[in-house]
Amino acid sequence: MSFARASFTAKLGLIIVIFYVLVALVGPFLAPYKQSDIVGGVWEPISAEFWLGTDNVGRDLLSRMIYGTRTTLFIAFLATSLSFSWGILTGFFAAVSGGWIDQVLSRWVDLMMAFPTLIFALVVLSMVPINMTTLVLVMATLDSTRVFRIARALAEDTSVMEFVEAARLRGESTLWIIFKEILPNTLTPLIAEYGLRFSFAVLFLSSLSFLGLGVQPPAADWGGMVRDNALGITFGRTASLIPAAALAILTVSVNFVVDWLLDKTSSLRKEG
Amino acid sequence: MSTQLLRLIFQRFLLGLLTLFAISILIFLAAEILPGDVAQTILGQSATPENLANLRAELGLNQPPLQRYSAWLGGILRGDLGTALVNKKPVAELIGPRFGNTLFLASVSALIAVPLAIILGLIAVRFRDKWLDKLISTLTLTAISLPEFFVGYMLILFFSIKWQMFPSLSTVNASMSLGERLTAVALPCATLTFVVLAHMMRMTRAAIINVMSSPYIEMAQLKGVSPLKIIFRHALPNAISPIINVVVVNLAYLIVGVVIVEVIFVYPGMGQLFVDNVSKRDLPVVQACALIFAAVFIGLNMLADILSILGNPRLRFPK
Repeated sequence: MSFARASFTAKLGLIIVIFYVLVALVGPFLAPYKQSDIVGGVWEPISAEFWLGTDNVGRDLLSRMIYGTRTTLFIAFLATSLSFSWGILTGFFAAVSGGWIDQVLSRWVDLMMAFPTLIFALVVLSMVPINMTTLVLVMATLDSTRVFRIARALAEDTSVMEFVEAARLRGESTLWIIFKEILPNTLTPLIAEYGLRFSFAVLFLSSLSFLGLGVQPPAADWGGMVRDNALGITFGRTASLIPAAALAILTVSVNFVVDWLLDKTSSLRKEG
Repeated sequence: MSTQLLRLIFQRFLLGLLTLFAISILIFLAAEILPGDVAQTILGQSATPENLANLRAELGLNQPPLQRYSAWLGGILRGDLGTALVNKKPVAELIGPRFGNTLFLASVSALIAVPLAIILGLIAVRFRDKWLDKLISTLTLTAISLPEFFVGYMLILFFSIKWQMFPSLSTVNASMSLGERLTAVALPCATLTFVVLAHMMRMTRAAIINVMSSPYIEMAQLKGVSPLKIIFRHALPNAISPIINVVVVNLAYLIVGVVIVEVIFVYPGMGQLFVDNVSKRDLPVVQACALIFAAVFIGLNMLADILSILGNPRLRFPK
């Protein structure tokens, strides 16, 4: 069950994910320039001075990538964590309570999921000021519906077990059952799901920023950097492909790790 | 067709309508539910009180929500989508030609993606666990994780800048012939196809493999029926219902893809119009576009369910 026995792709994926997190945490201290300082010409090629070249207004691309990684991962982390807390709590609550509470919550989630998330997010963002708080709240609210479905299904499976029945007969409260009986028994699939939702959040935030409706300039983030440098493509300048590739590598890596985690869970189930 | 079957389909149809109705309430009343002052957000901090009051009157924010909503819905049912805030044009006039363009882009993509996904899925099953199957499955897993703009700009870099085969900006207008139009949308179509293909192909493969493990397939194998005949004559017909389902669900996904792809290629479709008006905070246009996206999305999902009911008799008798 140790990580040493995991597949090559899972190990590679995990190493890459850890690298990204490190860049987000300590990168800004190592970045050669400030994220919004204009330090060179427009779209300068790769050089000793600018390791990844410069962007559409002459800012150092490497520094912006480093700050962008921090901004992108931080917002995605906040949104996913919030969505998880909310989704798991309501999902478990619906499964344990049953009856009309379950019905109301489930129908609400059905309704929210009958509509593409991106379109919904854009409708809301046309009505509220766009800043970090609103972005995190919008992303978390829309994403929590998916977490709700999974958490509810997992809790349904667990809540018919004898030990939950025993806890109920002992007279334990709903919250006690949720945290002490159901959560510990559903942890691994939930962690896998967290990884998956996190990479979706990164992708989603980047899409919003790419459309100009996410992180607002001059702050750097991946989607926004693709947008800023998109025009360069027609002159053969590949600056916009760097943040896009960073994003693609991260999502692929997370998928590799999640694949391994899910395999682990299903083999656990078989053994048990 | 039995009356019971008709009743099931009718029920599913009603459920779709009901969902659309509920979504329309959400879209329209989001301005009401959200905290803060929408008029203030639209105009920004420097707005004068008179401007604010005018905009509130124009958006009808000083009327009761129920009355505004019924007026809005009534207008839509008569084909009147309201008036844009910024340029004062009727919203229907703005959306009309753009809707056609988006429909064209999405249909061409679907016409390429659906047969291709099914053929690739069948190939993967035919060479199951051989190198070809593994190659296809690794490639599709990677493809699922790639963002639309990465694929789009890569295609532009190679096909329009390096090799100059297709234009990087997909401008279309009414005077273009079908051939010119197809050349213009080649790259956006390729991007959309790429994005939905992987998922459809994997589901097709899974659906057929699922059927392939049934006893009657083993029977056919033991009889010595050729592998190709087994897939086409025995497995495919029984896997067709989940395949249709995944195809239609992915067509619905094209709606989200279309928004981003149209922005990448500056294609004059509804997705671009939608995004532009979200930035301009032109609420009537945003709400009308969102409602149309919702109608198409819900309609396609409803279609998927109805086709599943028709294709799989077991679903006709819900527990």
